[in-house]
Amino acid sequence: MKQRDFEQRHQSLWLQLENTLAGYCKHAPIEANGSAMVEDLPASYRRLCQQLAVAKERQYTSNLIARLNQLVMACHQRLYQEKSVSRNRWLEYLFSGFPRALREQARFVWLSCALFLAPALVMGLGSYFNDSLVYAVLSPEQVLQIESMYDPANQVLGRERGSDTDLQMFGFYIKNNIGIAFRTFASGILFGIGSIFFIVFNGVFLGAIFGHITRVGFVTTFYPFVIGHGAFELTAIVFAGAAGLRLGHSLVSPGNMTRRQSLREAGREAMKIMYGTFLMLVIAAFLEAFWSSSTEVSIAVKLAVGSFFWLLVLGYCFLAGRRLPTTPSAGGRL
Amino acid sequence: MHNSSTQPHSPNPSAEITGLDTLYEIETPEGIDLTSRLAGPVPRLLAYSVDLFYRTVILVILGIAVTFAGNAGVGLWLLISFLLEWFYPVVFEVLRGGQTPGKRAFSIAVVNDNLTPIGWGPSIMRNLLRFADFLPFGYCAGIISMTCSRDFQRLGDHAAGTLVVHRDQAAAPAALPQVTPMAPPRGLQLEDQQAIVSLVERSGELSRARQQELADLLQPVTGKPGDDGLNRLHGIGRWLLGARSADDNLRSADRQVGGQ
Repeated sequence: MKQRDFEQRHQSLWLQLENTLAGYCKHAPIEANGSAMVEDLPASYRRLCQQLAVAKERQYTSNLIARLNQLVMACHQRLYQEKSVSRNRWLEYLFSGFPRALREQARFVWLSCALFLAPALVMGLGSYFNDSLVYAVLSPEQVLQIESMYDPANQVLGRERGSDTDLQMFGFYIKNNIGIAFRTFASGILFGIGSIFFIVFNGVFLGAIFGHITRVGFVTTFYPFVIGHGAFELTAIVFAGAAGLRLGHSLVSPGNMTRRQSLREAGREAMKIMYGTFLMLVIAAFLEAFWSSSTEVSIAVKLAVGSFFWLLVLGYCFLAGRRLPTTPSAGGRL
Repeated sequence: MHNSSTQPHSPNPSAEITGLDTLYEIETPEGIDLTSRLAGPVPRLLAYSVDLFYRTVILVILGIAVTFAGNAGVGLWLLISFLLEWFYPVVFEVLRGGQTPGKRAFSIAVVNDNLTPIGWGPSIMRNLLRFADFLPFGYCAGIISMTCSRDFQRLGDHAAGTLVVHRDQAAAPAALPQVTPMAPPRGLQLEDQQAIVSLVERSGELSRARQQELADLLQPVTGKPGDDGLNRLHGIGRWLLGARSADDNLRSADRQVGGQ
């Protein structure tokens, strides 16, 4: 069959398909050109695919093949959209998916935890017993600033004394803390080195501050301030580090897969951790801005609530989602 | 493009494509090979700078606006700058068919590596890893990764399994020269036929003089030099495409009906 006859024979289908797809894009069918809509897109698409194959086989001109290829591509994009069938995936993720993802990656979570706590302990004890060690990490101005923040003589608590409505600090904590977590995770793709760097750096930094503030004796302001949001923030940083380490490990030791496959697999698993981490950091920023800095609540209440948060977070991570889902929808995801 | 399909099927379809074309080919469940043109670092960087410009403009305008709102305004500004930094591309990629405004300007789009539309998970992944691509400065890691990978993938694309492809605009069917179709001489090989047809299809893009130059190479076939030879080639081309008389002009009729 000559190309001209081929085009003539199938022209109407192509026009209909183009018309239908344009209708999807603009959410309103276009009735121009007098061409109707396609009623059964999958069936028409299969016919179109067959026509493209025939056109290629018969070596029709590149113009025609390009046009058909483009049309097939548009239909392909339309038909093969990834949409979730199950509606309450978020709820399921919150109640069991996230803690389960953490326990699946327990190796990396513990490693990340150790990478954070070990330097923090060393620096904390170091700067508690040695008053000059903190200056190895922080500049004298920074130390002065932090000291003034938690000086019990102050009326206002928080990182930026006197500058603030709570909302401003909320914006700051969101941008700063979640940014740190995202960077800790993302740089893990550099064979894990980036994540290790960020976790250790944060451990050293926070350890030095903890040690120094304790040594100076601002205990009554500092600990009630950090205990509440710390439950969410510190754990979230460790989790982000664990997700990053998972990425790095997939490149360092891909096992039986190629590094590409291994990385994609790791990416999917790491994302399961990152969604929850993001949520925890939003909670942490909210607490830090609106709860921790409040001066009206007594120290005892803050410590009690803070300890409750710690128990809540740890209990959630260790215990939630232990039971297998009883609904048959366990495999019902698309 | 159509040359690649003449070769026998191989288990790795993209290995079939040879030459300089940066084509990406996958086999769909319908059993056909779908071809897409990959976008290289240059259009992607340009698209990124357009997006960066938009984001900066939004932040500057917002920055001026919130000066009237005091500290709460600063908080709002920080919040929005955070969202713009990390989620601006995600929202557009998922809700606007893989195109941020910058990508739309250069008609490129993000797709999964099976050429399906990108979803939330992969989009968030590739945009979180943007930070790693940025390291140590100015997207060095990303550019190195793109130039080293076969499909121009930056680190985030590798991890999320995504690609950036050109979204081709629908090309208008070529207007064919108005000459009387002429039967080709005998013994014209398939490749020769294709060459002639493609010359006819491109007659609108090439200058007359250049076409004559090309036609002169085929004097053994046409038997005539210069303009006559070219006309003869055009006639043969139209014949090969199926036209049998001068006013038998399906192609230009298409253009009026199809609109694109």
